[in-house]
Amino acid sequence: MDNLFGEIVFWALAVVTVGSALLVVIIRDVFRAALLLATTFMGIAGLFVMLNAEFLAVVQILIYVGAISVLLVFAVMLTRGVSEGNRGTPVQPVALTVAALLLGVLAWSIVQAEWNLLPTDLPAPFEEVFITTPQVLGRLLISEFVLPFEIAGVLLLAAVVGALALVRESGEE
Amino acid sequence: MDLERYLLLSAVLFVIGMYGALSRRNIITVLMSIEIMFNAVILTLVAMSRFITPAAARLPGADPADVAHWLLTGQTLAVFIVVVAAAEVALGLALVISLFRHKDTVDVTEVNLLRH
Repeated sequence: MDNLFGEIVFWALAVVTVGSALLVVIIRDVFRAALLLATTFMGIAGLFVMLNAEFLAVVQILIYVGAISVLLVFAVMLTRGVSEGNRGTPVQPVALTVAALLLGVLAWSIVQAEWNLLPTDLPAPFEEVFITTPQVLGRLLISEFVLPFEIAGVLLLAAVVGALALVRESGEE
Repeated sequence: MDLERYLLLSAVLFVIGMYGALSRRNIITVLMSIEIMFNAVILTLVAMSRFITPAAARLPGADPADVAHWLLTGQTLAVFIVVVAAAEVALGLALVISLFRHKDTVDVTEVNLLRH
């Protein structure tokens, strides 16, 4: 029963995510595409919950749905009036071919590969990690991954300064 | 099959994002497609983190209690990707706005200042 429920939720989320992602790249109206993109992000957040990554699901909703989608909607609004539809580039057939080929290669290698899977009945310490994900994640970030963590902080600072410098009205210096 | 279906799903998402990034004219749609690709990669990392035995646990004589935290390496990397994606989108949209101010267009095929 529990397994069947999980299957249904997985397939529902998969259909929602892939469907709205497809619509994002197909639909003409950029504003609707931004809203559909938020749906994709929500679907992926649901998949994170199914993968025992509750913390990342919350991060996904806060940052992607909450911040990035809103930024994209702002950009769509600010550049409106020129969006005479959203036509394809001349390389569209090439893009389709390359995408189909890449999907084939990826699917083939995913099915072929021999994965070092975790045992189905997890050892007790492993099981505990998946119950206390945020604690373990936080400890990893300030011990083993402390250098990337600090660099990420510097990167964010640089991004903020860069974005401000780029959009500042010229003639103000 | 549990791992494979998540990986196949994220492969499909990645390919959709790549097709969008290559085939659309509006630069904002290109940015959205890149976000879809980022999300596909994050999904891969989280699925790996859930289903794959970490390398440290595969060593002979490894104590599960000592190596358990390596299970979340994938999720840690996913956190960093979220940070980079946020920075990328902030800068990308700033570029879009300043492009729109200077050239009055958001069509990627009309922006060819560096050609010849």
